Amino acid sequence: MKVNYLMPEFLIDRDEQRCTHCRICVHQCANEAHLWNDKKKIVYGEDQNCVNCHRCVATCPTRALRIRNYPLEYKNNAHWTPHYIKSIFKQANSGGILLAGMGCDRPYPVYWDHLLINASQVTNPSIDPLREPMELKTFLGRKPEKLSFQNGKLAEALPPQVELDIPIMFAAMSFGAISLNAMTSLAMAAKEMGTCYNTGEGGLHSSLYQYGENTIVQVASGRFGIDPEYLNAGTAIEIKIGQGAKPGIGGHLPGEKVGMDVSQTRMIPEGSDAISPAPHHDIYSIEDLRQLIYSLKEATNYTKPVAVKIAAVHNSAAIASGIARAGADIIVLDGLRGGTGAAPLRTRDSVGIPIELALAAVDQRLRNESIRNEVSLVVAGSIRCSSDVVKAIALGADACYIGTAALIALGCHMCQKCYTGKCNWGIATQNPKLTKRLDPEEGAERAANLLRAWSREIKEMLGGMGINALESLRGNRLMLRGIDLSERDLAILGVKAAGE
Amino acid sequence: MNQNITIDAKGIYYRQLNEAIKASLQDKINTIELQNVNGQRYIGAGITNDATISIQGTPGNDLAAYMDGLTLQVYGNAQDGVANTMNKGTIIIHGDAGDALGYAMRGGEVYVKGSVGYRVAIHMKEFQEKVPLVVVGGKAGSFFGEYMAGGILILLGLRGREEQPIVGDYCGTGMHGGIMYIRGSVEEHKLGKEVKPVEMTEEDHQRLALYVGRFAEHFGEDKEEILAQPFTKLIPYNKRPYGNLYVGA
Amino acid sequence: MSLREGEVRIPSGCAISGIMNRKGYLFSGHDIIQSIALMHDRSNGLGGGFAAYGIYPDYADHYAIHMFYEDSFCREETELFINDHFNVEVGGRIPTRKVSSITEAPIIWRYFVQPKAEKVMEMDLEEDEYVARLVMQINAKFPGSFVVSSGKNMGAFKGVGYPEDIGEFYKLDSYKGYLWTAHGRFPTNTPGWWGGAHPFTLLDWSIVHNGEISSYDANRRYIEMFGYKCTLQTDTEVITYLFDLLLRKQGLPLKAVVTAMAAPLWSNIERLAPEERELVKAIRTVYSPLLVNGPFSIILGSRKGFVALNDRIKLRALVAAEKDDFIYVASEESAIREICSNPDRLWSVAGGEPVIGLLEGVEEL
Ligand code: SF4
Ligand code: SF4
Repeated sequence: MKVNYLMPEFLIDRDEQRCTHCRICVHQCANEAHLWNDKKKIVYGEDQNCVNCHRCVATCPTRALRIRNYPLEYKNNAHWTPHYIKSIFKQANSGGILLAGMGCDRPYPVYWDHLLINASQVTNPSIDPLREPMELKTFLGRKPEKLSFQNGKLAEALPPQVELDIPIMFAAMSFGAISLNAMTSLAMAAKEMGTCYNTGEGGLHSSLYQYGENTIVQVASGRFGIDPEYLNAGTAIEIKIGQGAKPGIGGHLPGEKVGMDVSQTRMIPEGSDAISPAPHHDIYSIEDLRQLIYSLKEATNYTKPVAVKIAAVHNSAAIASGIARAGADIIVLDGLRGGTGAAPLRTRDSVGIPIELALAAVDQRLRNESIRNEVSLVVAGSIRCSSDVVKAIALGADACYIGTAALIALGCHMCQKCYTGKCNWGIATQNPKLTKRLDPEEGAERAANLLRAWSREIKEMLGGMGINALESLRGNRLMLRGIDLSERDLAILGVKAAGE
Repeated sequence: MNQNITIDAKGIYYRQLNEAIKASLQDKINTIELQNVNGQRYIGAGITNDATISIQGTPGNDLAAYMDGLTLQVYGNAQDGVANTMNKGTIIIHGDAGDALGYAMRGGEVYVKGSVGYRVAIHMKEFQEKVPLVVVGGKAGSFFGEYMAGGILILLGLRGREEQPIVGDYCGTGMHGGIMYIRGSVEEHKLGKEVKPVEMTEEDHQRLALYVGRFAEHFGEDKEEILAQPFTKLIPYNKRPYGNLYVGA
Repeated sequence: MSLREGEVRIPSGCAISGIMNRKGYLFSGHDIIQSIALMHDRSNGLGGGFAAYGIYPDYADHYAIHMFYEDSFCREETELFINDHFNVEVGGRIPTRKVSSITEAPIIWRYFVQPKAEKVMEMDLEEDEYVARLVMQINAKFPGSFVVSSGKNMGAFKGVGYPEDIGEFYKLDSYKGYLWTAHGRFPTNTPGWWGGAHPFTLLDWSIVHNGEISSYDANRRYIEMFGYKCTLQTDTEVITYLFDLLLRKQGLPLKAVVTAMAAPLWSNIERLAPEERELVKAIRTVYSPLLVNGPFSIILGSRKGFVALNDRIKLRALVAAEKDDFIYVASEESAIREICSNPDRLWSVAGGEPVIGLLEGVEEL
């Protein structure tokens, strides 16, 4: 007898007293973890298939369902934890690369949680953000080193800028990786809140052109859906070199997900795999990046800022400096914890560095080279809440991208199975039965609410620091103190220790 | 019986000056004239008494803080922080006044002939029979009536720097109680998001007539002429403007 | 031992005052002392100082270097450096008188100098830039020596004590200038280092300032990209450098500089006429790290005049007045009335609104 070494991860706990065998869970679970026994006329669970996405729990009318970790204890071993044992089982079984969704979930230090924010007491006043002006307006784009005037007028117009009412944008997530309803939700929320969402590398669906002012269009190595209309459709263009979840790795959207809509938007045949190469094959060196940047500027008549997004890796500071000098107007850094639809697990969890350290190093490096003010710096990859945003800005970011947090606002429950295409919340899927679960109007409201709530909290914290315009927090590291950090960490972050 | 005294404040440090005032009041003197006042702080501060003090010159900051009953006549300009947390009494300023006049004032009346600075009547409040009043003859800076919680604030715009509008930005921001009357109209964008202009009622006209009448009397002005122009009445949308702002963590 | 300015950041509150005669008529330091003395309670005896312009007509073309030395060894060391880089016309002790409350004064010296032409050429710099760099070098590299001021026909006089006592100590009643500014300091904690008092100066610029800004590190990290070194870690120092960068090095019009440092709110910018809006928007966009945030009122003095400014939502008081050719600014009205009881015009300055006093015939600071 062939024994399956893999035990279920989760246990579906059905309260038989409450369950009416209404079959709602059977319909709701795309993973087929709830099944119907037609003979006995009962619903039963297939634990093995459950990914703990909470969809059935949330939709069960009698609250009969609970999902638990499978009560299977391994012998304690600090080194050979269940994770590694199970991974080996899986790979021995299949010979496959372990695949995962969302971002790195390993317990590396989260530097946000080791930074504390300042507040004014006596020597200068805190400000009431509810009643006094509190400005979050942010401009992304190249700034000249200085302004010149002629007869009291500007001698030269400013280079193009992305004007944001709040310093938080929705990170690149492509149509294909997420559903059109999810994208539409983000586009509408971005418009409502005066910020931007990002197309990701999957092109721009025709229904989204109307949100152009709030759109950043991405150009990645696969060059999907790129034509002049696309390039001119947004307010800025982002070249994606890498992403935090899988630095150095390309992308692969399986043919099953390439339905008619995705096919049209990406401009590839229906059912064909959409493969993004690991590098851009027109960029093998930094001067090639310059060539690409300027080709995009040329194609858009120098009316759009061009951003370059890289994964935060060991040498980010030097790379960022090169990118700035290559003519990028905005540098986007995506940290170790950045999410994705699908990434090789070992890469996701072990390649790259935390965004906090990368940000601090890049900001300082650009300052050492006296070019920090000429480019904008946007960070992504693990921003979980408004105080993370505040800390990022104080470390030196101009703005943040949120991806995972935005999806959670839309209903994502972090089961990390985005790569299966069976997202029960209608987000990371193209299955029409699932995608219709996300109503774009409702999604937009939830995503906008999240930004609204965070903005209020940011204003609250700014006011506490006696600051009424976000620019005065930008790079203002004196507003931060480190707690429980080594001297080295403090030095890299450029902050003092709490109590100093 | 009327008992008068005159104190020359020239070069006297505020501690000594205020001691002299308090000593005089102890001696039942009910009219004090201070001459050559310049910058001495805390005049009238914390005093419970019905006497009248007239001040020649420029009194310093925190004039009449916590004051409880005195009548102050200021023949000159007043600086910042007049009537801070004042409880009772009357202040008549025959010139301009600075920032944050009437901060957290709970009772009494302040009349300013000229203009006032920023954040005037900030967090002015009322309680039971105590309804504070501030009437400003000139113009006001930004944050006029900021988070005002009660009382009556009247702005006439009769004088002041020509290039300056009658009131600055963020007028009534955070206001959640009390009434504001501004002579003439105020542009929408200047109003805090918590206030709205409403129709004047008969009661409002009577109230204005009463207080503008007192103002006119203090400074020898023409009441009817002042009242001839229409006023804008501002009140808060509701008493708890931030009720929906929070959600339990 | 408590740390001094430069080793730690010491917030402080204060009083400021300034007087100028637009026609350049010279008057003694008596009035400015009177004015700042009136605001005694705004300082706490841990710092006072003055900047005076027009006081050295006999050496008007020389840089007047005022120095503090902790001991004569420091002086000898630093003088070697000074002699190396400048031709010193005269040098000597700055006269002082005994004032009982003023103790532990350093050695206070001044030199009237010209940069050595060959060195200026060798470094390929403008004279002013040459002097500015050397001043920063002395402050950074000669412990125990501190450049108090380095402009032409001007000087700063400061120390630990109440400003009126400092004025008395330096015999300021015996100097005559056309522009005087003064500062009374209320630091929250300082070991009583004379160099930490205000005004802070660089070349002709002098700054007196009230309030603690909350944008300090944003401003500092920006300005340090342009070769400045904020060794004192004080607001005054960083604000001086901001002005120096924008006015002297980048040649921005004063109006643009004021717009950058006390930027109008976006809601107001939106309502400007299109052309003006574009201009202000550009300034705020490009110079956003230079916005000085939090409460402040400052007086920037220069050979050509002064500008006084407070923060855009007016968290610090500032009053101005005019009488004939005189123009006055101070933290409190009474400080002006003390020396000018009956001004022609007196007004309380709005948030972000500059008061500009320029010598006759001068158009930009
Ligand atoms: S996968 Fe989701 S919907 Fe399906 S059983 Fe598990 S928790 Fe319920
Ligand atoms: S997007 Fe969907 S599949 Fe991905 S983690 Fe969230 S709920 Fe799971």
